[in-house]
Amino acid sequence: MNNTILVVIAASAISYGTPLLFAALGELLAERSGVLNLGVEGMMLMGAVSGFWAVQTIGGPGWVVLLVAVLVAALVAAATSLIHAVLTISLRASQIVSGLALTIFAGASGLSSYVGHVASLGGQPARHEFAAIDVLGLKDLPIIGPILLHQNALTYLSWALVAVALFYLYRTRPGLHLRAVGESPATADAMGVNVTVYRYVHVMLGGALAGIGGAFFSLAITPGWLDGMTSGAGWIAIALVIFAFWRPELALVGAYLFGAFSSLGFTLQTRQVHLPPEVFSSLPYLMTIVVLVLVSTGWARQRLGAPASLGVPYVREER
Amino acid sequence: MIRIERRLTEARWLVVAVPAGSLLAAAFLSGIILALTGHDPIGTWARLLDRGFLAEGAMSATFVTATPLLLTGLAAAAAFRMQTWNIGAEGQLYLGAVGASGIGIALHDQSPVLIIPAMVIAGIVTGAAWAAIPGVLRAYTRTNEIITSLMLNYVAGLLMTYLIFDSHSYWRDLSTFTARVFPQGKYLSDSASWPSLGLAGIAIPFGFLLGMVAAAALWLIYSRTRFGFEARVIGDSRAAAHYAGIRTRRKIVAVMALSGALAGIGGASEIGDFRHVLDPRGLQQASFGYAGIVVAALARLNPFAVVIVAILLGGLSNAGFSLQGATFPAGLVGTLQGLILFCALAGELLVHYRIRFVRRAAPLARAPEKFGAA
Repeated sequence: MNNTILVVIAASAISYGTPLLFAALGELLAERSGVLNLGVEGMMLMGAVSGFWAVQTIGGPGWVVLLVAVLVAALVAAATSLIHAVLTISLRASQIVSGLALTIFAGASGLSSYVGHVASLGGQPARHEFAAIDVLGLKDLPIIGPILLHQNALTYLSWALVAVALFYLYRTRPGLHLRAVGESPATADAMGVNVTVYRYVHVMLGGALAGIGGAFFSLAITPGWLDGMTSGAGWIAIALVIFAFWRPELALVGAYLFGAFSSLGFTLQTRQVHLPPEVFSSLPYLMTIVVLVLVSTGWARQRLGAPASLGVPYVREER
Repeated sequence: MIRIERRLTEARWLVVAVPAGSLLAAAFLSGIILALTGHDPIGTWARLLDRGFLAEGAMSATFVTATPLLLTGLAAAAAFRMQTWNIGAEGQLYLGAVGASGIGIALHDQSPVLIIPAMVIAGIVTGAAWAAIPGVLRAYTRTNEIITSLMLNYVAGLLMTYLIFDSHSYWRDLSTFTARVFPQGKYLSDSASWPSLGLAGIAIPFGFLLGMVAAAALWLIYSRTRFGFEARVIGDSRAAAHYAGIRTRRKIVAVMALSGALAGIGGASEIGDFRHVLDPRGLQQASFGYAGIVVAALARLNPFAVVIVAILLGGLSNAGFSLQGATFPAGLVGTLQGLILFCALAGELLVHYRIRFVRRAAPLARAPEKFGAA
């Protein structure tokens, strides 16, 4: 029963959706503060390369190394996002161009590739990786066993993060302030909320989460390092935020939907479904377009949930 | 205290000084990265400049890289000018290459007079059609064109890979046994090779000349025609354009198609000028489409400046490709391009704002004092 195709697809959808969920949650927080960051792909790759570098260089018991690697990935990606924060928040640069610059700077043929070459990480077998945990020894439970009780620690962390993000956004004062900053920075400013600080913090939080998402590629999905190994996941995560109407719980749903598209090719190929591999590989990209079109038309026409000041720099004197 | 004030007019001299300063600042910042990773910054830069511009034959090789950058730079400038964010020049260039190589193979026994224009037109049509997809989706379903055009880059790359590596398509060479085992595209006939112009010992590719004509045309369109005027109004304020009765939807599709056509010429030139075969791996590694964004931004979307910036960045990319190895790690070119763009963005602040160092502003209660002691 646990080997039926639907169960296998659902289990791998969660695994492939986890990096998307991390990155989308991060982007969601940044966008909720009014800053669009198109550099997710670049930040994920920085996280992937630095996380893998940490695993290969740091000594110690496996779980400590992995924990440190995730922290390194988060810190490096947060530092990368700081460039975007300075340019767009303090220097009022175009958020779109700055985000693109970040992806070019850090992306597949940028700094992440440079670091990978300098540290000659390509082709090295991973010393440690995130393996699936057999929760309470219940992985053989029918259906929910392989889907929910046999994932790795980062996936469980991502579930906790969704709950934390929901609580933070809707049940705490800083969360309320964050939403105010994204909707109407002038009002938030008048309330005494420091708009600049809120934006900096959440852009960097977004960077850190994107970095963990990237590390999920190099430490869990395909342990190792390859130039551009996230292959567009950062962009799918940005689309996911729109799909989720800027709500964490919907980001969870969307991440697994796109995770299913990403993993479908591998699953079907092992089941002797013969189609050109490019058809499966292009599925996540084509489905991203289809889903975006669907949420952009009809019932969702009013851009439900988009923070009103998204993309607009805030300057106190130029209200 | 630092005060940032908006300038009423753009500072003219800064329009040149900012891009130039950006290049220098990026050179300095990349030097820090090189030094941190145990490389000699000055030596690396000297070799970069030598291979890019000074060494024998370097300028000809630089024009080879500058040609696609010129066309993708123009593609980005054409779209960005209207605040339409076509990030898909990469994929549109691939499609232009697919179209131009297809028509080049089909007309292999014709004369160059027929083949070359046919290849250019095929590049324009396929590039424009690929760009029209996100254009139509933006105009009629209000779907974010940044993401759709970018997603189509991956699809276009997979399409090329499929045509050469995973199918028996029209583009694939199946004539010999080795070609069947090691997939490669059909090579175009000699009459499909585009000519080049020899100037002071530098070979300037036909594609680059086309790009210069396109730059002039783009400038004319945007500064001298109603179409360009309306596009600029849309760029400045979509609401104002709507109230003025400008048909924004059609214009979005038209500008996206124009942008895609320019990138498509870039793809056609890659086939006609240099590769003479559809080469999915080579085109994907070069990532000319993304670099075009850097070119356009550094040129501040001015078509003529795009020509000059394309040659500068073309030199860097060309040197980067030819030096790649253990002492010159891959990824440095992209890092450098990103740094240049960051500096240009920071410099943009200086063009639009004046930074003044003033003493801390007096508290309100003491305001009248300024009539007395200052």
